Amino acid sequence: MTTEVSSDGEVKKDEEKTPEDQQQTHTPAEAAQEKSASVEAESGQEACVSSPPAAGGQKKEKTISRFLPPWLKRQKSQSQDKPSDQESVELKQEQTDGGGEQTEEKKREEEAEEKKREEEAEEKKREEEAEETSVGSADTQPVREEKEGESELKEEQAVIPHEASVLSALKLNKKMKMVVCHVTLLDGSLFSCELEKRAKGQYLFFQVCEHLNLLEKDYFGLSFKDNAEQKCWLDPSKEIKRQIRNSQWQFTFSVKFYPLDPSQLTEDITRYLLCLQLRQDISSGRLPCSFVTHALLGSYTLQAELGDHDPDEHRLDYISDFQFAPNQTKELEEKVVELHKSHRGMTPAQSDAQFLENAKKLSMYGVDLHHAKDSDGVDIMLGVCANGLLIYKDRLRINRFAWPKILKISYKRSNFYIKIRPGEAEQFESTVGFKLPNHRAAKRVWKVCVEHHTFFRLVSPEQSTKTKFLTLGSKFRYSGRTQAQTRQASSLIDRPAPYFQRTSSKRLSRSLDGAPVVSVCDYSQAAGAGENGPPLELNSDSKSPQVEVVQEPDADAATSISSETAFETDGAGAPERKSKLRVQGENIYVRHSNLMLEDLDKTQEDVLKHQASISELKRSFMEATPEPRPSQWDKRLTGSPATTLRMQTQGVPQETPPRPGMDSRDASKSAEVKPEVNGQPEVVEVVEETVVIEEIVKPRSPAPEASVPMETECAAEVKEERSLSSDSDSEEEAEYHAQPPCTSISTQQIKEEPEEEQEAEHTQQAPPSETESQPITETAEPTLSAEEEKPAELPEEEEHTDEPLATPDEAPNGHAHHAEAPPTEEEEEPHIVNGSASRVEAEHLPQVICCSEPPVVKTEMVTISDTFAAQKTEISTKEVPIVHTETKTITYEAAQLDGHGEGEPGVLMTAQTITSESLCTTTTTHITKTLKGGLSETRIEKRIVITGDSDIDHDQALAQAIKEAKEQHPDMSVTRVVVHKETELAEDED
Amino acid sequence: MANIYPYGCFTHAVVRGIPESFGKLAEGGEGLQTDLAKAQRQMGVLTGALRQKVGLQLIEIPAVSELPESWRIEDVAVIQGDTALITRPLKQQRRAEAEAVRRVLNELKLTVLEMGDEEGRSAGATLEGSDVLFTGKEFFVGISKHTNHRGAEVLADTFKDFAVSTVPVCGGSRLKNICSMGGPDTIIISSSDGAKKTLRMMEQLTDHHYEILTVPEDVAANCVYIRGPAKVDFLLHPTAEECPNSVPAFQRLTDYTLLPTACSEASKLGAALSSLCLLINKKPNY
Repeated sequence: MTTEVSSDGEVKKDEEKTPEDQQQTHTPAEAAQEKSASVEAESGQEACVSSPPAAGGQKKEKTISRFLPPWLKRQKSQSQDKPSDQESVELKQEQTDGGGEQTEEKKREEEAEEKKREEEAEEKKREEEAEETSVGSADTQPVREEKEGESELKEEQAVIPHEASVLSALKLNKKMKMVVCHVTLLDGSLFSCELEKRAKGQYLFFQVCEHLNLLEKDYFGLSFKDNAEQKCWLDPSKEIKRQIRNSQWQFTFSVKFYPLDPSQLTEDITRYLLCLQLRQDISSGRLPCSFVTHALLGSYTLQAELGDHDPDEHRLDYISDFQFAPNQTKELEEKVVELHKSHRGMTPAQSDAQFLENAKKLSMYGVDLHHAKDSDGVDIMLGVCANGLLIYKDRLRINRFAWPKILKISYKRSNFYIKIRPGEAEQFESTVGFKLPNHRAAKRVWKVCVEHHTFFRLVSPEQSTKTKFLTLGSKFRYSGRTQAQTRQASSLIDRPAPYFQRTSSKRLSRSLDGAPVVSVCDYSQAAGAGENGPPLELNSDSKSPQVEVVQEPDADAATSISSETAFETDGAGAPERKSKLRVQGENIYVRHSNLMLEDLDKTQEDVLKHQASISELKRSFMEATPEPRPSQWDKRLTGSPATTLRMQTQGVPQETPPRPGMDSRDASKSAEVKPEVNGQPEVVEVVEETVVIEEIVKPRSPAPEASVPMETECAAEVKEERSLSSDSDSEEEAEYHAQPPCTSISTQQIKEEPEEEQEAEHTQQAPPSETESQPITETAEPTLSAEEEKPAELPEEEEHTDEPLATPDEAPNGHAHHAEAPPTEEEEEPHIVNGSASRVEAEHLPQVICCSEPPVVKTEMVTISDTFAAQKTEISTKEVPIVHTETKTITYEAAQLDGHGEGEPGVLMTAQTITSESLCTTTTTHITKTLKGGLSETRIEKRIVITGDSDIDHDQALAQAIKEAKEQHPDMSVTRVVVHKETELAEDED
Repeated sequence: MANIYPYGCFTHAVVRGIPESFGKLAEGGEGLQTDLAKAQRQMGVLTGALRQKVGLQLIEIPAVSELPESWRIEDVAVIQGDTALITRPLKQQRRAEAEAVRRVLNELKLTVLEMGDEEGRSAGATLEGSDVLFTGKEFFVGISKHTNHRGAEVLADTFKDFAVSTVPVCGGSRLKNICSMGGPDTIIISSSDGAKKTLRMMEQLTDHHYEILTVPEDVAANCVYIRGPAKVDFLLHPTAEECPNSVPAFQRLTDYTLLPTACSEASKLGAALSSLCLLINKKPNY
């Protein structure tokens, strides 16, 4: 994806701009584009002038910029300054400055309305401040600061004139292809602004948020209607134009993630907007509620928007402008009025809070419904919400899958699948499939699930695998902040409560002009609002585009961009720090499993007839539906590779001896590691400590992303039940694997946007690897599986899997699982391979050290190609993967610790992560307490990332790290040491 | 939400007398010897407990001989907050039972809703109150031979604020035969395999957390929990005679006032304590 984008960008810019711009465009992150877009849009030539300095920083841009919480730094309140010139300034900062821009952003937001022009000197000053304040986040590189200062000055000069004549500038820029887009706000008013045609979603979103004076924006999003009139969320990180295709440039601003506890929102304005959304939801019937609740919520609405009930002014018809319910009756209105009277004295803010307190308890609060059919073709609704996935038939809840229960979600064609973690009484994973009306709908559900899961369940977003080489399948990940992050950010909000007016979303005809000011404004906040709070007019009547907005179009965009920078400066450490912490379940979003391929079930059925039963869950699910009858799906599911795999996994752990014994074994084996024997057999606590040391040697900085996924992956593996992580990996493999013959399917999909195409190709690939071993396992006793696994450990394993497969289609389901992934193009891969391999080995061999290095990953190593050489059509040239990294992973592992393996998930009691870092070393400590069986187990994982340009004495570093670990936790034993070394090869950057 | 309160606060109870025809036409009645007098005595004990011990206002609808099962008043209506849904029992002849109940509920100023016409949306819908477990936070509707999906849908349409989940009834003929509420967040459930299965489904479906009190005997799984006006937790449960092994489990409920209440005659007919009364909370909500 990156590749495409950047090339596009270049072309375009070439036309209009100087070479520097090209450089900008290189940056894959949305930042670059946005930036350039805005620049073009507003300042035109001036922008060009200003842009040159920016070019320098771009390399680093690659880091996962968007994860950086924009407000993270906002501890300072605004003081001086003016944000008018932002776009260009920001531009610069983004590239050069690590932390400073954030502060700026804050300021900018606050001062958005007062556009004073600033002196250069002031600017500088501000800059310095910004840097000071930014200490907390990324380490800024001193050198850059200087640059920044300079560039900013330049920028300023350029910008000022621009501001003075916005309009004229706009005219001049006609050639830039501006587009006017309209955003319907929550109060029903229309916000219009002009965008450069290539602008990204984020740009528009920030425009809107700025217009609304909204800081806690992560709960919100922009949506549009696609050709089929379906509501789609605008992906902030992608170009708007590509997303809406031929649809109108019309968007709706709405709540995307309904906060579970609105009282935890920091600002009243956020709560107000949430109220507006809920009122819409209620009056439209999306959020069903009873008569009583309609009445109560309606009365809070009146109190918030009209103030105390006034018998003189408020006759009965005063509420006829409001719509409280889909079918509003006189009776309801009377009840509303009655209740309204009882709220006397309540401020608007309090009323909103009460409104939310009641609304949040509604069972359908925050549930995003999608039409679907179950495996029997029965109409159901899929409800995605903060806690998981709900299945409704009509209004009845017939099943529910909490996020921790879900191992994987995927979609393929118009089918949407979730793979379920086996329950206590169950042995096998099961997969439940749903049929969506069409491919796009399936993808939409999948996306919404990914987003909700990430937002509500993860601490920080999962990083999408950014490979430059192969862009198969959807790389989609939620890239915004998670709830945890946004809460943290909100807690730092330090501005006087902004002044805003509450108007009614539903009173279409009612003009605010006539409304008594007193009752409308928010008393509680009025005080502070005076000076800084730009009175925000939410004028429900204004149909006219509000042109003012255009003047500061870039402010927010720039902000977002800048936030990325911090990461950059962090170097390799940053991604590490951000590596996701999963609270419990590991969920993998993989979109293509070939589970549904037609030939699949045949083979499956034959081979697996005797296979153990369907999971309990699935069974009960079927029971719950009216006519339980075994469907094709069921059979398929039963015999699905997933199940098989599960079996394999299970066999092993059972053999493993009880823990205390192992501990001692550990000691003997891992001499180098010198684990401390945890010699108290009686003790209920089993403590493990894992030290993961990663060294990343980077001759150049160009591909920080390369290391990111790997680290993340690694972390996941250690932390989680291993099977999970390896599973995910294999899933990943599946995606990247060879291409089975099923062309018919794929062709259907190819029509869509580029992404879809890739997807299609994706579909074609069936990773051959696992399949072969599966049948065997099935027939074999569980114990055999252990043996089965052995091959997996060995490097040759690939050959193993290369054999002709009976059921090629199964593989895609990602069962690569044990046998590990044949190294594919993806950088991540080798890593994974190592991880799982070593693990397996540990289980079998008493020997402690396993050292597998799939040393340099050569791109061309498409394992699959061998396997499927016959069937495979071709690897398209554009995708020829090039590997930049050399990866080496060494695992030292004490003999196995976890007797239960993944058979018993255990209960996570606590988990915490502590991160500290110095310049080139990042130490992440992850403490996990798990309750397994009767044992409480504390596992500490330390991850140390050492980043350096050249030689590091690895041995010494390792020794040091282990030593420290032991010193810190003398009562624990070191059970596993993974050394992961990544060296970037300087050559082939494209 | 407006009407979400912890489960168990009730102010009124509605019961219906045991008719002469008790046991004659009741389901499963054939071949069973029921003792009318004993049944009536037991009913008397129950009403006495509700009125005097718990302190509820008791409304007793007189028995009608033509309606031999009318004493199973729980089946006839589902009440939550100010809203009562008159159900549609499976047996045609039982539907006449609703009339008197409807009248009483109206007198209590509840919003009384019907399941609708036999035709149209709710066609074929059947619903009996003893298949409905309301936990204060959500509804579970047991899909049994008495209650079908359509019936559950009507219930869901009626109580829109709440999640309404359907669960299979395993190991009992009605959901409340195998489980009941034992506190605001406590579900009492039988330890039978079927009940466990149902429980698993409930746990699967719920967004909330409940304490589970498992009792070894099926009959003990149906209790009546009421938080009295004086903030005392009462639990009416079958006597030690009926469920000797389960009494210790009840005693684990701390600070509860346990009210052993015999129900042996009714249970011969597949009913239980909760079948005998409708509980209503008329405390002003606002």
